Amino acid sequence: MTASLISQAFKKCKKEGRPALLTYTVAGDPTKKISLDILKSISKNIDIIESGMAFSTPIADGGDIQTSAHRAIKAGINLNETFKIVKKFKKIEYSKPVILMGYWNLILQFNENKFIKMCKKTGVSGLIIVDLPHPENKTFAKKCKKNGITFVQLLSPTTSKQRMKQIIKDSHNMIYYISQSNTTGGKLKVSPRKILEEYSKIKKLNNSKNVVIGFGITEKTIKSLKKADGLVVGSAICKEITNSIKKRQNIVTNVTNVVKRLKNKIR
Amino acid sequence: MKLKKNIPLIDQHDKHGFWGGKFGGSYIPETLRKPIDDLTIKFEKLRKDKKFLAERDYYYNNWVHNGPTPFIKLNNLTNHLGGAQIYAKVVSAARGGAHKIYGAITAAMLCKKMNKRYLVTDTGAGYNGKMFSIAAKHFGLKCKVFMGFRDVQRQKPNVDAMIKNGAEVVPVYTGSQTLVDAVSEVMRYWVANHEKVHLGVGSTVSAKIFVKICGWSTAQISRELKKQMIDEFGKIPKKVKLLNCVGGGSSAYGLWSEFMDYDKRQISFEGIEAGGPKNSKKHAAPLSNNSKIGVLHGAAQMVCQDKFGQISETESISAGLDYPGVSPLHCFLKETGRANYVSQTDEDALNAYKLIRKLESKINPSLEPSHAFARAISIAPKLSKDTIIIVNSCGDALKDKHIIKKRLGKY
Repeated sequence: MTASLISQAFKKCKKEGRPALLTYTVAGDPTKKISLDILKSISKNIDIIESGMAFSTPIADGGDIQTSAHRAIKAGINLNETFKIVKKFKKIEYSKPVILMGYWNLILQFNENKFIKMCKKTGVSGLIIVDLPHPENKTFAKKCKKNGITFVQLLSPTTSKQRMKQIIKDSHNMIYYISQSNTTGGKLKVSPRKILEEYSKIKKLNNSKNVVIGFGITEKTIKSLKKADGLVVGSAICKEITNSIKKRQNIVTNVTNVVKRLKNKIR
Repeated sequence: MKLKKNIPLIDQHDKHGFWGGKFGGSYIPETLRKPIDDLTIKFEKLRKDKKFLAERDYYYNNWVHNGPTPFIKLNNLTNHLGGAQIYAKVVSAARGGAHKIYGAITAAMLCKKMNKRYLVTDTGAGYNGKMFSIAAKHFGLKCKVFMGFRDVQRQKPNVDAMIKNGAEVVPVYTGSQTLVDAVSEVMRYWVANHEKVHLGVGSTVSAKIFVKICGWSTAQISRELKKQMIDEFGKIPKKVKLLNCVGGGSSAYGLWSEFMDYDKRQISFEGIEAGGPKNSKKHAAPLSNNSKIGVLHGAAQMVCQDKFGQISETESISAGLDYPGVSPLHCFLKETGRANYVSQTDEDALNAYKLIRKLESKINPSLEPSHAFARAISIAPKLSKDTIIIVNSCGDALKDKHIIKKRLGKY
């Protein structure tokens, strides 16, 4: 039951009086080996790992994550290889929950039952499927739950209150709140105060769910949102990988430093 | 899987938005759920609104073309091939030069009704973008068109037209730099800007509502054609073949929609996809190559992809057909057996273009319909003289002048 690792991670952070730090990197970016090295190196500073399943035609990702995904596909990533990376990571860091994030077509082609089986086998704790919204995701989400995997439901500023209630009702132990109407990595066009207001509305509907905020969070903005249960940083890290490649600097070191700085801001 | 009678095909989806229980749907990020719900409610209401319909009819019947676009017999081509009688529905005579004008007008009208000032769309061949720029200008809206960089270069005449009409053309540099990337990018743009911006998708693709709006618009083609056939033959003839190129499939749906309920032995449909260069494996032909069902741009459809689900890059001389997916409507028509799909190569299309220009002075089909003409040319000699072949000449070749000059030596 690896889903419980997610609950444990949030519990631990609450005890320490800080939000959980979640980072998103694309599995296989820039290579399979380096992406695993990144995970190993940043692990001690983060609470939950989000690992992206690179897809050729993403409709909700901004430039930074698109670049990472294309790089990973070019370097030979696919779902089998993604699971291998997770497995290797979990061998060293069993208690660190890993969430896979991506688009439905990859799972459809892999076969959903086989996919869930592989998640269980390699120790994946949760899933975020960007283009499989509620209520269409109900059957798959139930299957995940039955197998001890958290299906993370998404909420956005455009989600109506009534819809929000239904989604929360069908959610598991973690919910992802999209901070603003934007693709990943877009500059924050909503004030952190407003984001937290929306966040509080969700918490008021059900305080027991762990709600993380993502999209547009960077070193500059993370501190202002530290009241949340968890914060996700993705594009800022993918961008660091791109910049490190451009400057021919050590990718693992640079990314690790970014994560350390993020962590320091929310302690 | 079965077609229903007396219900437009665009309305034959189930409550989850799937045609035949598996094609279509709305695989969209949560952020887009509300904008798409709002658009759905608005569209379903307006399509029953008499005033809205009257305005649409005015534009479709008078502004697009003075009366219906021509329906003509290609006498020289028919005599040359010596078989079936070949006709063309010259939709390229429409304002701007292609069927995309219908969707553009609808989008502009909806944009106004949604109290938005900004119209955005994707384009491959550049016709959809050009029509959106024309409609936006007429309706006093701002317009932004996303176009793969490769298409920006190869369809320059249409890019020039868009800019002249005051639209902003945004080149897309990701992936294969063609239509598939333009659609991805415009959807991302809409995710970020849906409060102010109305999205019109250029074909019968993407989430269910966009499939419906586009099909509802292009259906004008077959409404006209049905009347024109009765004028020409006195009744609907016994053996008719309706040939249409298929990229996303908007013009093919438009040509066929009024004839869905006819027995296919009387009126058969043939969709012609892009087979790409002769020896290339990068066909943009998911239906004729039996590609697996997958999810692309918000809808389940047959799509060119590798075994891991990565969408394949495609290659075709015709930018408008150069798309790895295809409308859920066509997937449904294929599975029910109502329509048949084949592909023709770049070379077939060029040869067809050459022959038509030699024999017929009244039409100048772009490389997209030239794929359909290639099919007509190959089957007509084997068919009886009482068979009527109608090809939708849905685009004008002006936009292809550089490609044609390069490949055939002259335009």
